[in-house]
Amino acid sequence: MKGRVLIAVAFGLLALNCPSRAGKLQFYNTRMDQSDSVGQQSPMKKQLSLFLNFLVLSAAIALIGCGARAPKEQVIKIGAIVELTGDMPAVGASSRNAAELAVATLNRAGGITIAGKQYRVELVTEDNGAKPDQSAAVANKLITQDEVIAIVGPNASLGAIPAAEIAEANRTLLITPWSTNPKTTMNTASGAPKQYVFRACFTDPFEGRVLAGFITGQLGAKRAAVLYDVASEAPKSQAELFRQTFEKLGGSVVAFETYTTGDRDFSAQLTKIQSAKPDVIFLPAYYNDVGLIAQQARRQGITQTLIGSDAWSSPELVKMSQGSVEGSYFVNHYATDIATPTAREFIAAYQQKYGKTPDDVAALTYDAMGLLFHALKAAAAPERQAVRDAMAAIAGYPGVTGDIRFVPGSGDPVKSAVIMQVKSGQFAWVTNAVP
Amino acid sequence: MTQSGVYWLQQILNALQLGSIYALIALGYSMVYGILTMINFAHGDVFMVGAFICFLAATLLKLPFVLTLLITMTASAGLGVLIERLAYKPLRNAPHVSAIITALGVGLFLENLTLAFYPYPQHVPPLLHNVTWQLGGVALSSLQLIVISLSLTLMLVLDYVVRRTPVGVAMRAISWDKTSVPLMGVPVNLIISITFAIGAGLAGAAGTMYSLAYPVIDPYMGIMVGWKAFIAAVVGGIGTIRGAVIGAFILGGVEIMVVALLPSTYRDLVVFSLLLTLIVIRPHGILGSPRVQKV
Repeated sequence: MKGRVLIAVAFGLLALNCPSRAGKLQFYNTRMDQSDSVGQQSPMKKQLSLFLNFLVLSAAIALIGCGARAPKEQVIKIGAIVELTGDMPAVGASSRNAAELAVATLNRAGGITIAGKQYRVELVTEDNGAKPDQSAAVANKLITQDEVIAIVGPNASLGAIPAAEIAEANRTLLITPWSTNPKTTMNTASGAPKQYVFRACFTDPFEGRVLAGFITGQLGAKRAAVLYDVASEAPKSQAELFRQTFEKLGGSVVAFETYTTGDRDFSAQLTKIQSAKPDVIFLPAYYNDVGLIAQQARRQGITQTLIGSDAWSSPELVKMSQGSVEGSYFVNHYATDIATPTAREFIAAYQQKYGKTPDDVAALTYDAMGLLFHALKAAAAPERQAVRDAMAAIAGYPGVTGDIRFVPGSGDPVKSAVIMQVKSGQFAWVTNAVP
Repeated sequence: MTQSGVYWLQQILNALQLGSIYALIALGYSMVYGILTMINFAHGDVFMVGAFICFLAATLLKLPFVLTLLITMTASAGLGVLIERLAYKPLRNAPHVSAIITALGVGLFLENLTLAFYPYPQHVPPLLHNVTWQLGGVALSSLQLIVISLSLTLMLVLDYVVRRTPVGVAMRAISWDKTSVPLMGVPVNLIISITFAIGAGLAGAAGTMYSLAYPVIDPYMGIMVGWKAFIAAVVGGIGTIRGAVIGAFILGGVEIMVVALLPSTYRDLVVFSLLLTLIVIRPHGILGSPRVQKV
């Protein structure tokens, strides 16, 4: 329609403004009285020509404008903040893949119905570079410029906490798939839970209890050493919670060492840990740091078992550690080898689309999207407040990572965890831990 | 907290490894300053490019360690000469500030060029099989041994070149008096290029060894390491080769000892404060001598 109008306009303007054949003949005849004004038009002719041009153009604009206002498909936008660049690109890539899979599956099935109207879902993905300031900036952009109805992500707590603050201030629903730091859903000033922030995973206090219980119970360890990144939110809270719970269960933390994000040399801290003679070493680090630390530890002759947090779950972990994490244990959100039918369906779909087995970030993002779609369907209107209320009211959602329901008044779900072990370079399920 | 002698020996080994890598980079800063009175702020990024060249050689060519090291050193040396010819030579007679700005610009260019190819941190495959020996409680890894001994060898070779070969004599002569040396028939431009080549080649070697010890590399890793090596060179006496080495080992030692005694967040704060104090007490560095400008 637009094209046809433009072609008509082009012809019209050409016809109006090109000199007529009569004018050309006049030129060749070189009439004396018009020899110095050949090609020039009389004032009246000029005015008429201008007026006709104006008519044609305004008609074109009116027609094109009308065309654009013709009713189109209704679209609802969901924002996704993922760590595509920076320290943990594997996390961001997993999350984005799962989010895109969820949206594609939904749109293929006809989209979503909210309050009787049919909508197509559009995903607006932004990169936060695994940095807190960038997280806040893109959250702002998604809320104010792109006008998304809700946000999924960021994954790492260092980005999720600032983004959650922005979402809460702007009364927009944000659900983080993977952030375990309790601060994400909590208003740190008042201690009350945030109203608009939810998560799809368990939190650090639960994780600390699970690990401490596993280490003292199943591994029978009494002395633990801890090495963590003091500049990153999730490892810091996990380290401190682990120490509290481990000591409550009768263990003793014999070394509590720190490093800062970006450090490469851990030899001094590892030497200190080695001289404290622990039974196990707790390493709540992201996969890029684990590789370096574990390798340096083994090089220094440290043979103790390493214990990890849920941040270990990336498939890049084994590649980056070159065998130094063999036999280590860590907590995870789900295990592919004990998958439920819902999980198996998701794993198959993900494998078909991306050629890789989905990790826990992907599974949790898929569940976060699922929860969001569930809330959208139940919402009274396609508005942020209505969606948020619908999310808080979810009584039970059968997700890939288990049954999800939110504790009343809080954005934290009740979830169980799994303990995995690195065996022959693969992640193998060891045991479940129910809250 | 009383620790055994074994513990401190272990920490000393850690410090030696770190200091060796800093020394190789600090030498580049010292040499260029000595010969051109110019701080080559792009040197830290030459180190970073060296690490990436090592990564490329290891993943694409899959050659044994010695060949990879030689290729990296040669390529880095070539890069150093290229930078000198394109960026610094045209500004030899310009105000000092222009040369410094250019150096910073070259550094930024190298960082962002690498970023364009490798936006994510890369993992360097292991080039050497590591063996750890337990010597009376102290764990010595073959990697540590190689890094320390290789660096020392390179430094001794450099010392020999500077003190016993004609090229070295020419380098030292130019650092003493740049105007009259060409009158003696010394090809100044060639000697300057050779200096840059050696400095960059050593940075390339440092990059290889860094990749061995800390196999995760990213385009911004040269910034902090470069600044620390520069400070090490200044503390030791910028312009002197022995000074650069001494300063680097002091820096490595202080870094390790600070982390051994305090939480690691204080590391950079304490290290830089100590070095600032050292400079205030002895402004020309440990081995530097005041440059007298005769009117």
